[in-house]
Amino acid sequence: MRSLPLRRAVDALVTIACGAMVLLALVPLGSLLWLVVSKGAPGLSLSFFGALPAPVGEPGGGVGNAILGTATMVGLACLVGLPVGIGAGVFLAEKGDGPFGRAVRFTAEVFSGIPSIVIGIVAYGLVVLPMRRFSALAGALALALLMIPTLARTTEELVRLVPGTLREASLALGIAQWKTSLRVVLRTAAGGILTAALLAIARAAGETAPLLFTALNNQYWNFRPDQPTASLTVQIFNYAISPYEDWHQKAWTAALVLLLLVGVLNVGARLALRRSTAGGRA
Amino acid sequence: MTKVLAAVLALAVGGVAQAENLLITGAGATFPFPLYSKWFSDYNKQNPALRFNYQSIGSGGGIKQITEKTVDFGASDAPMTDEELAKAPGVQHVPTVLGAVVVTHNTPVEGLKLTPQTLSGIFLGSITKWNDPALAKDNPGAKLPDTAITVVHRSDGSGTTAIFTDYLAKVSPEWKSKVGAGKSVRWPAGLGAKGNEGVTGLVKATPGAVGYVELAYANQNKLPMALLRNHDGAFVKPSIESTSEAAAGVDVPADYRVSITDAAGKNAYPIASFTYLLVYKDQADKAKGEALIRFLWWAVHDGQPSAAALDYAPLPKAVVGKIEKTLGGLTVQGRPVPLASSR
Amino acid sequence: MPPPADAVARGATLAAPPPHLPAGAAAHGGDRVWNGLLVAMGGAILAVVGLVVLELVKVSRPALAAGATQFLVQKTWDPVAGSFGALAFMYGTLVTSVIAIAVAVPVSVGLALFLSEMGPPRLRPVVTFAIETLAAIPSVVYGLWGLFVLVPLLRTVVEPFLARTLGFLPIFRGAPIGLGYLAAGLILAVMILPTVASVTSEVLKTVPASLREAAFALGATRWEAIRLAVLPYARPGILGAALLGLGRALGETMAVTMVIGNSPEISASLFAPGYTLPAVIANEFAEATGDVHVGALAGLALVLFGLSLLLNSVARLLVRLVARGPARVAA
Repeated sequence: MRSLPLRRAVDALVTIACGAMVLLALVPLGSLLWLVVSKGAPGLSLSFFGALPAPVGEPGGGVGNAILGTATMVGLACLVGLPVGIGAGVFLAEKGDGPFGRAVRFTAEVFSGIPSIVIGIVAYGLVVLPMRRFSALAGALALALLMIPTLARTTEELVRLVPGTLREASLALGIAQWKTSLRVVLRTAAGGILTAALLAIARAAGETAPLLFTALNNQYWNFRPDQPTASLTVQIFNYAISPYEDWHQKAWTAALVLLLLVGVLNVGARLALRRSTAGGRA
Repeated sequence: MTKVLAAVLALAVGGVAQAENLLITGAGATFPFPLYSKWFSDYNKQNPALRFNYQSIGSGGGIKQITEKTVDFGASDAPMTDEELAKAPGVQHVPTVLGAVVVTHNTPVEGLKLTPQTLSGIFLGSITKWNDPALAKDNPGAKLPDTAITVVHRSDGSGTTAIFTDYLAKVSPEWKSKVGAGKSVRWPAGLGAKGNEGVTGLVKATPGAVGYVELAYANQNKLPMALLRNHDGAFVKPSIESTSEAAAGVDVPADYRVSITDAAGKNAYPIASFTYLLVYKDQADKAKGEALIRFLWWAVHDGQPSAAALDYAPLPKAVVGKIEKTLGGLTVQGRPVPLASSR
Repeated sequence: MPPPADAVARGATLAAPPPHLPAGAAAHGGDRVWNGLLVAMGGAILAVVGLVVLELVKVSRPALAAGATQFLVQKTWDPVAGSFGALAFMYGTLVTSVIAIAVAVPVSVGLALFLSEMGPPRLRPVVTFAIETLAAIPSVVYGLWGLFVLVPLLRTVVEPFLARTLGFLPIFRGAPIGLGYLAAGLILAVMILPTVASVTSEVLKTVPASLREAAFALGATRWEAIRLAVLPYARPGILGAALLGLGRALGETMAVTMVIGNSPEISASLFAPGYTLPAVIANEFAEATGDVHVGALAGLALVLFGLSLLLNSVARLLVRLVARGPARVAA
C-alpha cells in the first residue's frame, strides 16, 4: 500500500494531465479560428459577397455565385431531405417496433456513417449520367441523402421524448390518430426537430466531396437547377490547392464566410432547442 | 383566363430570355487553363450572351466527360488513344495552341541543366539528392544544395503527364519499361497534386521539390525552370520560340493526333505539345453547336495573339489552314455552319 | 455531424413506445393516409440504402472480375496497365486512422474525465461549447488550416525533431516534407475528437454513482476511484466511442487529400506520402475512363462502405452494452 502523500500527488498529476488534454484539444480550434478570422477578414467586402470570381492574376472578384450555389443546393436538398428524414423519424417513433421498424432503424443508423464521397458516386450514377450533365440537382440529391439518416434517428428520439400522457389525453378526447401525431406530438417536439433540421442543414452546407463530381463548378451566376453550380466549399478547395497567393487569400476569406454561415445555423439550432425545452416544461 | 395567358406569356418570355443567354460547359486540361480563361473572358466581352463555363479537372476528366456527353466540349493535351476514340465515335480534335512542359524546382540553383539521364533518374527515384554527382557533372560551377529531392507529380489523369511521360519513354529505355507513358502512370516516387495548379503550389511550398508543369504556371509563379538537353544535344530554355521550333518540322496528320516531344531542331524544346479541344463532328444542339464552332474559328484566328502574352506558342500557319477546312466540315444537326469570317 | 451522443448512449432505455389502438380502430381515412405515408418514409430509407449498394456493386463488377480477393490484396495501382489493387489505400486508411485514434482517445478520455469528474463545474459549458464548435467546422476548412499551418509546422519543427531523437525507428525515417501519413493522421485526430469526446462523456455519465461512492468509501483518491471503478466499467463504451471515431476517420476525404501527398505507395515511414480510400476516389473519379478503372474506384467505395458499416455496427453495440449497465452490475 503506497503512502497517502504519494497517492495524493499522483491524483494531482492526473488532474493536471487531464487539464492539459483539454488545452491540447482546444489549441487547434483556437489556432484555426484565429487564422480564419485574421487572414480572412481583410478580404471581406461587399464585392466579395456579390461579385463573380476573377480570372487568375486579376484583382477583385468574389464568391457571390458560390454562396448562391451553396444556398440553392442546400435549399433543394431540404425539399427532399427534411420531409423524408423527419417523416422516417416519426415512422420509427410511432410504428417502429416491429421487424420492419427494426430493419429501418438499423439501416438508418448504419447509413448515417457512410462516407460522403460514396454518396457522391451514387448521385453521379443516378443523376449526372442519365441527365448527361453535371447539375445542382445532382449535388442537391447527394446532400439530401446525407441529411436523411441522421435526421431520422434524431427525430425518432425527440418524438419518443414526448410524454405518452399527452398522446393518450388527445386520443381520449376522440381526436384521430393522425391528427394527434401531427398536431399534438409533433408540435411538442417541434423545437427539437427544428434544432435537428438546422444542424443537418449546417452539415450539408459544409460538404465538399459529394459535390466534386455532381455539381462540378461554375464561374458564373447560375439560376437553373440543371446546370453545374459553384459552391463555397468546392471554391475554397480549388483556391487552397492553387499556387496563387491572391487565391489563397480568397480561400481564407471564403472559409470565414462559410464558418459564419455554419455558425449562424448552429446558434439558431441552439436557440430553438432552448426555446423548445423552456416551452416543454411549461 | 387572362391570368393563365399572362402566366404562359411570362414563361415564354422567360424561356426566350433564357435562350438568349447561352451557357456552354466544357471541362478538361489544366495545361491551357490560364489561356482558355482569358479567351472565354474576352469572347464573352464581345458576345455577352455567350458564356463558357470551363472547369479544369485534367485531360483525363475532359476525355471522360466528353465521352459521356456530360459536357459540351472537352479539352486535352494528350490526343485520345484509339481505345478512347472507339468509345466516343465522332469526336474531332481541334488544336488550339502549343505549350511546353517545363521542369520546375524549389532550389536556389540558377540555370539548372538536366539531361534525359538525370531527368529520368530523378523521377525514377534513383537520384535522391540535389548534389548527386550525376547532376554535378552536368552543372559545373553550380552550387548544388545538399538537400533531398522531393518529386511532385500529378494525382489526377493529366495530359501534361502524358506529354512528360511520352518524352521520358522516348529518351529513357529504363523509364519505358518500368513506368511507361500515359495520363496516369504508376510513379516510382514522389507526391501527387491535383492539376497543374496543385503541382505548382506544392513545388512552391516545399524546399527541394521538383515537378513538371506547363510553362505559363511556372512563369506566373516566378518559379525557376531547368534547361533540358534536346534531341540535337543543345541545352534549351523553355520559351515561345523553342516551343514553336519543336512544331516546325513536324508533319501534322489529318486528325491532328501527333506527338512532338524530343523534336529535331537546334533550338527545339524537347517537351512541347499541341493542346486540343474535343468536340463532336456533328453537334446535336443547334444554338450551342453554332456558338461552339464559331468560337473555335475565333480561337484559332483572333485568339492566337493573346497566346504569346501568356507564354503559349501560336499555331503554325499551315496548321491553321488545315483547321479552317476541318471547321468548315463540322455540322450542326447535319448542316454546316457558315464561317466566312469570324464574328 | 455525429448522431446525438445521448441518443446513442441511451439506446436501450428509449421512452416507452406510444400506445396503439387495436387494429380496426384506424377507421379514419386520414389515419390510413397518415400510416401509409409513414410506412413509405420508412421504406424510403431501405430503398435508398438498397439503391446505394446495388449501384456500387453494379459499377464495380468489371474490376472485381479477376477476383475480389485479388483486388483486395494487390499492392499496385496502375492505370496504364489496367491493373488495380486496393492494398495501398487500405494501408493508408488504416495508418492514418490508427494515428488519429491513438491521439484522439487519450485526449478525449482526459477531456471527458476533466468535464465529469475533475474540472471546475463552471468550465464545463465553455469546454462543451468549444468541442461542439470543433464538430461543426467543415472538412475543407480543416484542410485549409492543415495545408497552411500544420504541414509547415511538421516540416520545419516536428518532423526534424522526431528524426533527430527517434530516427532509429523505421516510422520516423525519410525526408521531412510535412505532407504525409503523419499530417493526415493528426488532422483526423482533431476532426474526430468531438465525436469521441462527446460519446465518452456520455458513457462516463452512465456509470452508476454507487460504484464511485463505494471506491471513495474505501478511501480511494479521486484518480484511484476513476482507475478502479469508473474506467473498467466504462471500458466497452470507450472502445465503442473509439470505434465511432474510427468510422468517422475512415470516411474523411477533403482534409486528408489536402495533406497526405496522394501517393499510392506503401511505406513504413510516417513522413512518407500516402493515399487513402476516399482521397483516391475524390481525385480520380471525375476522369476515370474505361470500365475497369471506374469499376476499381467503385470497388474501393464498396470496401469503404463495408468497413464503415462494420465499425458503426460494432461501435453502437458496445455503447449500448454500457448503457444497459445496471443489469450487468446486478448480475
